[in-house]
Amino acid sequence: MTIAEIENEIAEEFELFGDDWESKYEHLIDLGKHLPLIDKQYKTDDRLIKGCQSKVWLHSELKEKKIVFTADSDAIITKGIVALMIRVISGHTADEIINAQFEFINKIGLIEHLSPTRSNGLVSMVKQMKLDALAYKQLES
Amino acid sequence: METIIKNSTLNIQKIRQDFPILSQKVNGKPLVYLDNGATAQKPKQVIDAISNYYQKQNANIHRGVHQLSIETTVAYENARITVQKHLNAAFPQEIIFTSGTTESLNLLANSFGKKYIKTGDEIIISEMEHHSNILPWQILCEEKGAILKVIPINEKGELLMDEYTKLLSNKTKIVAVTHISNTLGTINPVKEIIELAHKKNIPVLIDGAQALPHIKVDLQALDADFYCFGAHKIFGPTGVGILYGKEKWLNEMPPYKVGGGTIKTVTFEKTEYADLPLKFEAGTPNIEGGIGLAAAIDYVNEIGLENIGAYECELLEYATAKLSAIEGLRIIGTAKEKASVISFVIEDIHPLDIGTILDKQGIAVRTGHHCTQPLMQHFGIPGTIRASLVFYNTKEEIDLLANGIQKAIKMLK
Repeated sequence: MTIAEIENEIAEEFELFGDDWESKYEHLIDLGKHLPLIDKQYKTDDRLIKGCQSKVWLHSELKEKKIVFTADSDAIITKGIVALMIRVISGHTADEIINAQFEFINKIGLIEHLSPTRSNGLVSMVKQMKLDALAYKQLES
Repeated sequence: METIIKNSTLNIQKIRQDFPILSQKVNGKPLVYLDNGATAQKPKQVIDAISNYYQKQNANIHRGVHQLSIETTVAYENARITVQKHLNAAFPQEIIFTSGTTESLNLLANSFGKKYIKTGDEIIISEMEHHSNILPWQILCEEKGAILKVIPINEKGELLMDEYTKLLSNKTKIVAVTHISNTLGTINPVKEIIELAHKKNIPVLIDGAQALPHIKVDLQALDADFYCFGAHKIFGPTGVGILYGKEKWLNEMPPYKVGGGTIKTVTFEKTEYADLPLKFEAGTPNIEGGIGLAAAIDYVNEIGLENIGAYECELLEYATAKLSAIEGLRIIGTAKEKASVISFVIEDIHPLDIGTILDKQGIAVRTGHHCTQPLMQHFGIPGTIRASLVFYNTKEEIDLLANGIQKAIKMLK
């Protein structure tokens, strides 16, 4: 599936929640709880993206010309959103990742978590994902 | 304390009507605003003063000959006198308008530092300071080769006064301590802190950012050498604050920012600076801010700080009991002398997650390190959730907070 297709799929899943914030956040928390996102050996300071409040660890590697991301966070809601973003972006080419817009975050009503004032490290994580993609692209060429 | 509570006569529902924002809905729920330590809401008296200024008074001050300018200058200078009287400072020229607490502290550290700090000198702050009362001193120490000394705290979040006494020496050039901790709510024994320093002729700055909304401050009784606060935490506008300094110090200290309004005569060879307070007030000031601040002080005085203190004490007691009953909740900051600020953590749950779920329920709290990272390091925690209460908050709102936390725990565990 393309990035846009996965984004649409997630948006459809979230449509089920409608205006019910509780179910939506319970789902996010569930995602955060059940996904072991990152291998322990990669949970190191050099992979740490410091938000003002919650921390995010991000690791990337190249597998058959596709970039695979794993990540973790010390805050569970942040981790749930990270899980969604990884589902969208991981396993795609550098170019696809560089051009990804993450429009689904707005569609599913979580855009506030990507606001620069949120201090959860997600904005920096998106930036780092794109920087990683750029770095792999330069390596290839 | 009980008799004060019984005598508390505030009509909170009527007071709440003065604050238009409090009737708003957030995320479809009635707003429960418990983030007053970050910034307080504004009564319509303050909003009207600012609006009235732009509709009827706007002119530059201290320089025009025309009627509007004269009237506005009078209004601005009256605002200075309102602040002076509210704090019981000896003279109006000891009240310097700044952009807020942060600028007041930067002004002081720069100007005082330039004049009095040398290599090997010592500056005393405390472990519970806001970054704004750490960084200007830290930079000054780096520049001058001076040493920053820190008064430690106990597990309740109280200053260790014996340690403070030991830190005071003939090398100490200034003590800079917060009146009330923004994170813990601790009310520090500032009178004693000042007395001990004065025995060794050391001047003292008190950071009053969190104190002004809650308690009466009498600068002459305290004998503070410097005191500062921001208007927005006492129900006034953002972008304006005060640095108080005793005249003898301010007269000796050099200007911090220079420009229009700060001078008597300028030639290319030499400039003669204006007298206080203008020496420290370069450029066109935040005129509506000063006027708004005076309106806020008038408003607070109308309600009465004694009434406010008694009611907030009642709120704090209620909130402490209510929150303590929640399993896994630990209050950070249990000082004997405490303002209506409650910081807490919940076992195994990140403060940001609690804050997010509270927000979805219309409850505004602050989460994080509250710009006091060294304090977080002391308690070994990444941050706290902080509910900071003022006189327009109610017990019903505390109930909503407690229920909101219970709900968050249920969802997050």
